[in-house]
Parts: sequence; C-alpha cells; structure tokens
Amino acid sequence: MSVTEMFSYIQGFLSADQDVREDIRKVVQSLEQTAREILTVLQSVHQPTGFKEIPGKCAKARELFNAVRTHLSELKTKFPVEQYYRFHEHWRFVLQRLTFLSAFVVYLESETLVTREEAAKILGIEVVREKGFHLDVEDYLAGVLIMASELSRLAVNSVTAGDYTRPIRISNFINDLDSGFRLLNLKNDPLRKRYDGLKYDVKKIEEVVYDLSIRGLAKEGEGEAPEAKTGGD
Amino acid sequence: MNKRDGEGCSKQADASVNLSSPIIAAFKVFQQELDTKHDKYERLVKISRDVTIESKRTIFLLHRVTSVPDTEAILNEADAKLDLVRQKIGLIADELRGEDIYQFHRAITPGVQEYVEAVSFQHFIRHRSLISLEEINARLVFARTEKADPAAPAEAPPGTYVLTFQVTPSDYLLGVADLTGELMRLCISSVGNGDIDTPFQLSQFLRQIHDGFSYIGNTGPYEVSKKLHTLRQSLGKVEDACYALRVRGSEIPKHMLADVFTTRNAIMDPEEGVV
Repeated sequence: MSVTEMFSYIQGFLSADQDVREDIRKVVQSLEQTAREILTVLQSVHQPTGFKEIPGKCAKARELFNAVRTHLSELKTKFPVEQYYRFHEHWRFVLQRLTFLSAFVVYLESETLVTREEAAKILGIEVVREKGFHLDVEDYLAGVLIMASELSRLAVNSVTAGDYTRPIRISNFINDLDSGFRLLNLKNDPLRKRYDGLKYDVKKIEEVVYDLSIRGLAKEGEGEAPEAKTGGD
Repeated sequence: MNKRDGEGCSKQADASVNLSSPIIAAFKVFQQELDTKHDKYERLVKISRDVTIESKRTIFLLHRVTSVPDTEAILNEADAKLDLVRQKIGLIADELRGEDIYQFHRAITPGVQEYVEAVSFQHFIRHRSLISLEEINARLVFARTEKADPAAPAEAPPGTYVLTFQVTPSDYLLGVADLTGELMRLCISSVGNGDIDTPFQLSQFLRQIHDGFSYIGNTGPYEVSKKLHTLRQSLGKVEDACYALRVRGSEIPKHMLADVFTTRNAIMDPEEGVV
C-alpha cells in the first residue's frame, strides 16, 4: 500500500467517525432539551406552594421520562453497541443529569435512594455493559451527588415553607449517602472532585437541622426515619 | 452555629447509621466495581510504560544503521526486541479480553503510539516504504491456552483461543507522525556518514507523509495538528539537507559533508573516522 493509499484509508475512517459523532450529537441535544424540561417541572418543588404538589410533579416528570426513553433508544442505534466507551464523552454529562433527575423524583416519591437498576429502568437502559447501552457506575454516582446538592437546597426551602420535619429526614438520608461514599476508593478524577462537594451539602443540612432544634421547631416522631441526631443540645 | 467539628460529626453519623442499610450494601458493591476497574487501568498503564520504554530503545538501536556496515545485524536485533514488545502487547490484549477497549484506551495509547513508531521505523529502513495499519495488526495476534478447568475430564486437552490487539487508525496516525521526527534524524546522520542516497529517498518519503497529513487536516485527533507543525520542521530540515547535497555535494569530500550541516542544523553528532 502506498503512502497516499494509506492516508486515504485513514481519512475515510476519520470522516466516517465524524459522521457518527454528528448523529450522536443531534440525539444528545434532544436528550438535553428533555432533561431541561424535567428539571423545570421538579425545580418548582422548592417554592412554598410547590410542596403540596409534589406527587403531581413527580407524575409529570415520569411522563417526560417516556421521551427520554425514546431518545435513548434512538441513541443506541447510532453506533455499534460494543463501542460504548468510544463515544461515551458525548452523552456522559446528560446521562449524569438524567440520573440526578430520576434520583430526585424517586426521593420525592419515597425518600429513598434510587438504585442503579431503578435509575437505568427509568431511562430505559441497561446496568451491565455486556447487555447493551448501560449506565456507567461513575455516571450514576455523579447523578446521586448532584441530587445531594439539590436536597441541601430543599432542606433550606422546606423550612422557609414551614415544613420542619423534612430537613431532619433529609439529614439522615444525606448522612447515609455520605457513609456510603466513604467506602469508595476514588481516584483524583472528576467524580472525586464532585464527591468533595458532598461535605458542604452535609454541613449545610446539619446547620438547618441545628437551627431547627435549638429553636425547638423540630418535632419528635414525625417522618419515616428515626429521630435524627441533631446538632447542639 | 454548629458547634461540632467535622470529625465529631462523622463519628456521630457513623454510630447511628445502620451498617447493613441498603445504601451501604449498594455502595459496597460500587466499591468493588470501581476498585476492579481502577486496578485493571493501573495494570494497563504499567504494561504500556514497558512497551514505551522498549520501543524507544529499539528506535535508538535502529539509528545505528547509519554508522555501522552491517545493517542486517541491527535489523535482526531490532526484530528480537520488537518481538518482546509484542509479547507485552499480548499482555495488554489479555487484560482487555471481554472489555470495551475504549474504556482503557487512554491507559495504553502512549505505548501503542511508540510501538507504531518503532515498527514503522524498522520497516522503512528495510523496505523504504510505509508499513500499513493492516500489516501492523497482522502481527498482533496471540495464541492462548485456556487455563485447565478442574471440572473437566483429565484427558481433555485445554482449549486454545486467539487474541488480537487492534491498533486504532488514530493511534497509527499519531505513531507515524512521531516517526517523521526519527526519519529526519536518520537523514541528518546518514549525510554525516557519507550516505548521499538516503537523504533523497527520505525527502520524497517524508513529503508524501506530510501531504497525507495535510489531506487529513483537522479531521483527525487534535494531537495531529501539533505534530503536523513538528513534521513541517522535520521536512524543512531534510529538504535543506538535500539542497546542500545538491549544491555543495560535488565540491566537498564525503567525510566533510557533515560540516555542512553542523552550521545549519541544531542537533548534530557526526561520527568520526567513517568512510
């Protein structure tokens, strides 16, 4: 093969690669748009009036996840299934956001942590790489961490809206999450950096709980979790 | 404000956390998964480093063809070294068996590029042509035997399977870009040793490669643009060498040709006493 032929072949390969990435980008754009719509629906729970409407908003969000499943099915068709990580960078960000959104919905509905399997089911994708387009564990964890920040904000706004028990439950939940994350041996990568932010969320929520308890606003026995260890005393 | 310091609060948090809670159980699984992946990544980084080092040594060895009469000996020694490098690449293939290779690509790409550089350098010295990606990949096929299965009957022979490692077109491209730097050095040192044919062959060859890269432009990986700049410099030096040979070659004794280039080129170390 002459030099020219070799470069011609390579150029063909690179050109085809660019085409695939262009296709992927288009679908990812639709995904990002839908993610923004879901976020808009869920953001409104932070408003004082929003708290009563939580079930309704969760239902609406779940409806929007149908569109997400459709887009992700389309995304799967744009590239060979065994080359997931070749193009992973294109959808990593939006998949993390979608995980966060599904985790947030599940938390609002049941105050539990969405499992990786549940999150993948909401998105209509796999958990295990060998089975197909899957949710990478690090993307799942990143989405959970984004939710932790959202919950610290929710704790603050709950108090403002007059709900004094929710922050206690959020505090228990976040501390559980923190204990879980401490088990991980993380490398110095973006996930590690994001995890470093968790301690600020933990601190913020603890301060809310402390503020409530010293003013005697936190009530005993309400909410699903056992009475939290509160600050101060 | 919160009176507890960070350490105190974590102790309290752990004490009240139910250690068999579903969250903790889930994270134990994540811990294992992440550890496994990171360990594999690190193993691959280590092997890739070995590949890089051995490939670089092979390249240094190959440069000696300009200063010794017996190039065949050097080429054979290089063959042996490259066989060892290929064995290491076989270890990479073992680690990547059943994996998505792109998940670990960043771990191994430096080694792979260096290997491409070494093997294409040797190919050029032997054949005065550019080794193709296909030819490179054809030599990265490894036969393996399955580990003996204790459950299998004793007389059954262990299964064999074939592993391949595929250099990607973009790693090939980057390796060839680095190759041009070595070819430039080869050109300068061969002139310094009185070889007036190689420079002209190299000039033509490098020009073809340069044209190839120009054709690819910026559709390739972004590192290519940086390397293209270096390639242009290399090509310039080689073309200057050919010019000097044409213009001055007839009037200067061969063993003094090197002096022509010490003034024009930054990196020079002509062998003494050759000719």
